[in-house]
Amino acid sequence: MTVLPPPTIELRNISKQFGTVRALDAVSARFQSGRVHALLGENGAGKSTLVKCLLGYYRADAGETIVDGRRVAISHPAEAHALGLGMVYQHFTLVPQMTVAENFVLGRGKIPLVVKWKDEQDQLRSFMAGMPFRLDPQRKVSTLAAGEKQKLEILKQLYLGRRFLVLDEPTSVLTPAEADEVLGEMRNLANASKLTVVLITHKFREVEQFAQDVTVLRGGKLAGSVDQKDASKETLATMMFGGGTAEKSRVAKPAAVADGVPYLKIHELIADGDRGTPVLNGVSIDVRPGEIVGVAGVSGNGQKELVEVLAGQRATTSGSILVDRQAFSGTRSEIKRAGVALISEEPLANSAVRTLSVMENLALRQFDEKPLSLAKFFLNRSRLAPFARDLIQRYKVRASSPFVRLDTLSGGNVQRVVLARELSRDVKLLIVQNPCFGLDASAATNIRQQIVDARDRGAAVLLVSEDLDEILEISDRILVLSEGTVSFETSRANAEVYEIGRHMAGAHAA
Amino acid sequence: MLDLRSQEWLEPFLLSVGALIVALLLFGAFMMLQGIPPLELYSALYIGSFGTRISIENSLTLAAPILLAALCTLIAARVGLLVMGGEGAIVLGGLGAVLVGVALPLSSPLLGSLLCLLAGALFGGLWIAMAGGLKRVRGVNETISTLLLNYIAIAILNHLISGPIRDFSQTLKAQSWSIPSYFMMPNIPGWSVHWGILIGILVCVLLHVLLRHTTFGFSMDVVGGNNRAAQMAGLPITSIVVISCFLGGAAAGLAGAIEVVAVHGAASESLVVGFGYTGILVAFLARQKPLAVIFFALLMGGIAASGGLLQRRFDVPYAATAVLQGMIFLCVLASSALSGRILPERKSK
Ligand SMILES: Nc1ncnc2c1ncn2[C@@H]1O[C@H](COP(=O)(O)OP(=O)(O)OP(=O)(O)O)[C@@H](O)[C@H]1O
Ligand SMILES: [Mg+2]
Repeated sequence: MTVLPPPTIELRNISKQFGTVRALDAVSARFQSGRVHALLGENGAGKSTLVKCLLGYYRADAGETIVDGRRVAISHPAEAHALGLGMVYQHFTLVPQMTVAENFVLGRGKIPLVVKWKDEQDQLRSFMAGMPFRLDPQRKVSTLAAGEKQKLEILKQLYLGRRFLVLDEPTSVLTPAEADEVLGEMRNLANASKLTVVLITHKFREVEQFAQDVTVLRGGKLAGSVDQKDASKETLATMMFGGGTAEKSRVAKPAAVADGVPYLKIHELIADGDRGTPVLNGVSIDVRPGEIVGVAGVSGNGQKELVEVLAGQRATTSGSILVDRQAFSGTRSEIKRAGVALISEEPLANSAVRTLSVMENLALRQFDEKPLSLAKFFLNRSRLAPFARDLIQRYKVRASSPFVRLDTLSGGNVQRVVLARELSRDVKLLIVQNPCFGLDASAATNIRQQIVDARDRGAAVLLVSEDLDEILEISDRILVLSEGTVSFETSRANAEVYEIGRHMAGAHAA
Repeated sequence: MLDLRSQEWLEPFLLSVGALIVALLLFGAFMMLQGIPPLELYSALYIGSFGTRISIENSLTLAAPILLAALCTLIAARVGLLVMGGEGAIVLGGLGAVLVGVALPLSSPLLGSLLCLLAGALFGGLWIAMAGGLKRVRGVNETISTLLLNYIAIAILNHLISGPIRDFSQTLKAQSWSIPSYFMMPNIPGWSVHWGILIGILVCVLLHVLLRHTTFGFSMDVVGGNNRAAQMAGLPITSIVVISCFLGGAAAGLAGAIEVVAVHGAASESLVVGFGYTGILVAFLARQKPLAVIFFALLMGGIAASGGLLQRRFDVPYAATAVLQGMIFLCVLASSALSGRILPERKSK
């Protein structure tokens, strides 16, 4: 039996308009069979929109799609699936209470009235045997780590017979090692002529390592298509951002020695994770005004839970948190008194309301203060829009109007809304978690700069990040969080990547 | 700018109206099977609901409790809770009105009526607030708890009116003592409709102001939209949820009190006629918008009012309108699946 090569897809002059926003303007691209194709562009450039048009989630206003030389009209995701096209989202679409096997069967769409689990499991096992990564079909999805879930999403697509796969920022929830493994396997499948891959990413490293062709969008237009080998990081950045390229951050100068009383004092904090077992096992961290304390660590060692505790989203078992020498439990008055700002990862899940408008989301911190509120009781709606417009402009959020729902913004622009909301106030304590996930390179530089600026204005900054380079770039002091405790501490001046890495990994092995 | 915001309510409104029309067509087909010609059916529906002055008066009278009961589900839905307890809160509200009306040593009619209504609102409010508190403190599912609370409320009513507060001079029917006749609410001058519907509309308008133009309403939307974002913003979620449930229950309790103070004068099984469940339907039709509730409550009041005429003219059971209501409910639920598709450009994936 000869196996057909995976599809080649050509998009010709695709245009798409949302209200007044021209998200795509006559964009053409060619995704060659059996190759990994990177799709780049700054936040809001139209990458997600382009692939959603291709997969039938949106209907393009104009343009045509050609699959293996034949013109097709895809107006519904099911039609794309029938042609073997699939997509893996940045956020997971799995049912956490179900097992791996159940999620596979569920994904099939046509579920028989009586599922013959024995057959299904055998079928799954033989399918997995031929796959580069494996997962136990009996495991519950909620027990999988982020990397494993991402693998499951991809396996599910392959199991469903998809031979053209779009990955929209697949690695933002993965550690670099997990990302390398997943993308490496995608590349292998492509090399084996089993799959055509379109990879949307903001990470040049991934493009260099795993992609063969590159298409760049800018402001909804095609900025160019090149062979990866001919494209240096600089040329790609120029294509993405236009002439100006990504602004370089001023190298963060270390803070003038920050001493004195810690502004944030976390003492012997113990808290349970989602599964009811302790995940934070006595964490103590001090952050003084005017310093950035970077918390490094492999994801899954308590970072998420630490930030949740500080955000008032997780109960603690014992220990104390003092902010400005007073007990802090995350109530609104404490937050205001102490000037706390918090930027957590996955804003749509953790810190913003997708069903509300952009302006309402921007007002979340200040809606009960003047001038947005009268006497703390009435909301002055007429002030919301001007208030929001100012922030939208200052933080370069791409939104057609302050009235649109937050979830009509591109992923990176949602992140910018949260940044604008949190950083535009008088901040004395800034808690930041993976602030650059989903941001393009220029926005990422800009955000790091703003974090440094906040510190220079005297804020105490706690930076929890899985990106060690980011931590090394801007932290004044570096801690390693491992198995729920701080296992290592060093000043930036003495920081040795090797030593930090050893402690990060040490936790992993133990 | 404005057109963007109008589209926000346009789609849900079109969906609800569309669902209503489909349900009416289905109902027509259903009645045709029983040999009733559709055109006559629709004309009877119209005459029985809004075709004559008397039917309009009936419709308005029935719309009042439906409208207030709808707010019970609506307000709780704004903080993300699915509350089905309108029926029980109506009963509690009616009981509250009777107890206060009977016990008050007052002779001022206006003050007396007002205190009865307030007592009803308070009873209904505390009843549903209980479910909100259980949800927040012990994680008890509010849908199930409010449904069970309905049965408990009815049991309490039956217990009280069959003994402790029974008016034994009434032999035909078990009912409670009556409130003094001078506490009874008069009709709107020139109409044989009591003030309930106007009170209900006023409550809807006030609620609209609360939801749209106060910081509390804003907090409710945040809590209902994303609990974790509300936690991060430091909002007092438990109080917001409990207060919202209280307000919702108070609206339904007020409905029960109005039924007592304006119609029955006493508490009895007449409080348990399904207003609470019709209210849930109206809240869904109105897609949680208080001003839309006014429109849909009037409509459902009309349908309920036409039941008598259908019964007399076509010799079908009074419950025929319940069939129509059920069809409307199904169509509304089904139409939610189309949400975001008829005006697709507005919504993201
Ligand atoms: N459903 C929608 N309604 C209105 N506007 C939309 C919708 N979807 C996308 N847009 C707009 O289209 C533009 C392109 O968005 P898109 O999501 O394609 O960007 P992107 O390149 O994926 O960016 P990011 O890197 O931030 O994810 C943005 O300005 C966005 O606000
Ligand atoms: Mg995107």
